Amino acid sequence: MRYTPHTQADIDAMLSKLGISDISELFGGIELPKDSPKRGLDISGLSAQETERSLKRLAAKNKVYDTVFLGAGAYKHYIPPVVRHIAANPRFVTAYTPYQPEMSQGILQAIFEYQSCITRLTGLDASNASMYDGATAAAEAVLMCAGGGGDVLVSEGVNPDVIAVIETYLSGVGRTVTKIPLGADGLTDIEFVKARLSTAACCLISQPNYLGNIEKAKTLGGLLNGAGVGYIMHVYPMALGVLASPSECGADFATGEGQPLGMPLGFGGPYLGFIAAREKYIRKMTGRIVGATTDKDGKIVYVLTLQAREQHIRREKASSSICSNEALCALTAAVYLSAIGKRGLAEVGEACLSKAHYLADGLQKAGLKLKYKDTEFFNEFVTVSDPADAELSADRILRRLRRRGILGGLRLSKTELLWCATELNTKDEIDGACRVISGRGGRG
Amino acid sequence: MSLIFEKSVDGRRGVTFSALDVPKYTLPPDAEYLRQSPAVLPEVSELDLVRHYDGLSSKAYGVDSGFYPLGSCTMKYNPKLCEDTAALDGFCQIHPLQGGLSAQGCLEAAYLLTEYLGRITGMDCGTLQPAAGAHGEFTSLLMIKAYFKSIGQNRTKIIVPDSAHGTNPASAAMAGFEVVNIPSDCDGFVDIDALDAAMDGGVAAFMLTNPNTLGLFEKNISKIAGIVHGRGGILYYDGANLNAVMGISRPGDLGFDIMHINLHKTFATPHGGGGPGAGPVLCKEFLGGFLPRPTVVKDKNGRYSLKDGVRGGKSIGKTRAFFGNFLVCIKALTYITALGAEGITDAARKAVLNANYMRALTSEFLPVGSGACMHEFVASCEELKRDSGVSALDVAKALIDCKMHPPTIYFPLIVHEAMMFEPTETESKQTIDAAVAALKQIIETAKTNPESIKSAPVSTPVGRPDEVKAARKPVLRF
Ligand SMILES: Cc1ncc(COP(=O)(O)O)c(C=O)c1O
Repeated sequence: MRYTPHTQADIDAMLSKLGISDISELFGGIELPKDSPKRGLDISGLSAQETERSLKRLAAKNKVYDTVFLGAGAYKHYIPPVVRHIAANPRFVTAYTPYQPEMSQGILQAIFEYQSCITRLTGLDASNASMYDGATAAAEAVLMCAGGGGDVLVSEGVNPDVIAVIETYLSGVGRTVTKIPLGADGLTDIEFVKARLSTAACCLISQPNYLGNIEKAKTLGGLLNGAGVGYIMHVYPMALGVLASPSECGADFATGEGQPLGMPLGFGGPYLGFIAAREKYIRKMTGRIVGATTDKDGKIVYVLTLQAREQHIRREKASSSICSNEALCALTAAVYLSAIGKRGLAEVGEACLSKAHYLADGLQKAGLKLKYKDTEFFNEFVTVSDPADAELSADRILRRLRRRGILGGLRLSKTELLWCATELNTKDEIDGACRVISGRGGRG
Repeated sequence: MSLIFEKSVDGRRGVTFSALDVPKYTLPPDAEYLRQSPAVLPEVSELDLVRHYDGLSSKAYGVDSGFYPLGSCTMKYNPKLCEDTAALDGFCQIHPLQGGLSAQGCLEAAYLLTEYLGRITGMDCGTLQPAAGAHGEFTSLLMIKAYFKSIGQNRTKIIVPDSAHGTNPASAAMAGFEVVNIPSDCDGFVDIDALDAAMDGGVAAFMLTNPNTLGLFEKNISKIAGIVHGRGGILYYDGANLNAVMGISRPGDLGFDIMHINLHKTFATPHGGGGPGAGPVLCKEFLGGFLPRPTVVKDKNGRYSLKDGVRGGKSIGKTRAFFGNFLVCIKALTYITALGAEGITDAARKAVLNANYMRALTSEFLPVGSGACMHEFVASCEELKRDSGVSALDVAKALIDCKMHPPTIYFPLIVHEAMMFEPTETESKQTIDAAVAALKQIIETAKTNPESIKSAPVSTPVGRPDEVKAARKPVLRF
């Protein structure tokens, strides 16, 4: 398949303008290795039709689960068709970063609206235009907060991938993470934080945490604010219709994975990192930011602004090297949030909460126990099975569910599973899965 | 155009959810973790939403709208076929943690793309984890750091030419290196004496963009490789400009040790108004152990799996959750599968033909630097500005009124009043002819009636923004 429009007549005319007889002459000046190893490209091109077939064959080697009880950082939520359709508009899809504001007002306004949505979700003052994903958003928030030195406290209740990315980002500047352990209740140990307030630069927790438990984020915020320690909350956006906003908890930064806001699972990407901050951090903020100004006639114009923070101006002194971000994902999230609206956000949060509790009840009836039975959770929770009951081991449960086309929770150990429910899981699905586990659905 | 927030009407609903079919669970009403004031999101109908974004899209401009010769950005046509394959349920509905056995197609796709990119670049191994070019640079630089640590050498500096993209020095600083800037000559070529002087035992790597940011193929690569390798350093290739050389010359064969690629440039994945892109890193075997974890491996039964600790297991860790912008990778894989080796070489040749043709036409009325270019060329408006007061910015704004996207301006920094044109291979001679005719007309008008050019654009919904005001009094949300 070719996507080049040149006819032979075009090529001839162009070559003649250049005064040469073959395109190869244009490559005359380039140094080619003397003893090229000639490991050839060896890729035979296909027609469009064959290419499509070949990719479809690859896709068919994956198992698409209709029923999913797995979250742990990537979530299957309802994606309204209108979101997909709007985000597929070629004028959004095929544009570059809006360097020419006069002809890019559509993209710039869409991002300004995205930033507005994120500030409303988090209650904070400003959002940037997007980050690569939630983990890198958290990592860059840590870099912004901890730049002046001091301990970086990160709760063990944060998604392990997010912690890993923070550690990698910090390793560049020779810094490490101090992990805050979880108590027996599955919540961040606040006493541990208290004992380290005097040497800490910042503290990052996840709300709800990786195990689904709802952290005492406001109590922690009071402590951190009082001690002048930067407070970063890594939040699940779908919970923000129900759970206190980062602003209400006293956070300086809110970060999170925006994938649930209209993006498919997609084997892990592209996703959307969001980051919001209090006013005093705006001029240190990482990444692109869209702002409103006026033209000479006083009309409102949206532009990329505060660029003095960025790599193309500051080079090695920039606040980050981020250039391309995840603009189309940000637009998607803004469409999603506008589509469901204020009430929808609360409703979807309540649905996630209620379905997860219904699932937890069912799993308990099927013979599993809740690991943190006295701690409130949002839409994820951990079950434990009796080690003596081989039928209820994590592997057996997952296998039995898989045979019925159900994707179970994440295996944490031989006896522990991390489950997730969203508004997409119906009562029938949940009942069915619990029947399979209890054996009433036929063991196998 | 009013904001979606301004169209909101209290109580209006767009998308609604199914009624709750399980008992409603309520958290303890006095708990500290309940939200007190709701997130005031827009309340609009689905039709309001559709019309709002239709309005916004009419004020946006993509490759699908018209010519987009934005230099260093490779704004080629993004085949619709790639959009379709990346939208297949068999890719979109796959959970990243669902287990390799039920995601063999995803793992095979990732393996294949890494393999193809290795063949195209002459590198041995790689990762698809980085989400963009700058992210690939950052990942590579951390790998370089880990490599020197592993062999007990303390190298703290990275050399970057002054013609490099801003992300190069910024990524080096993020990775904890000291940046040493060296000058380039007027064609953007590396100043060999400056490199030679700067390249001491404390330098970890030299970052080179090739073709350079003036669109020229670096002429002294083997000499450069000799200097850098001779003093134990690593040679880094910024592959953002690979479009001109894919299928023709391979960085791995020229002595480069590690590089990143922008799939959202060379491999036709759309740029989405600023992402998502993807910035895979490819490297030689000796650096492979430092790649981010996990790695996709293929066993002798042809089965794929994700493994940590591959190639000696000194991984830098993770630079992103999961495995990268996977669906973007599917688009690039589709593109490479369709083009094949011949199509890839053909695309590079036509990209270079188009750029040289456009350069030749432009050279009749603007200085364009010397010698044949690769995929892009830089013209200068310095003389024009001196004679007429019309700057590169003014010319760019006037081009908008000609219904095309302007070139990149004021980059690279080493050319004054720079305008960097990259037509790409998917544009026809006729499109290029029309664009150059428009440019010529603007330059002529600038000499006789500069004011008319300085007041451009006039055909857009808004005029030039007051950027100083935007930065001085930031208004960043509704
Ligand atoms: C030469 C060069 N290097 C690096 C980059 C950074 O790529 P990205 O925007 O994907 O981070 C660019 C993009 O403009 C570039 O042109």
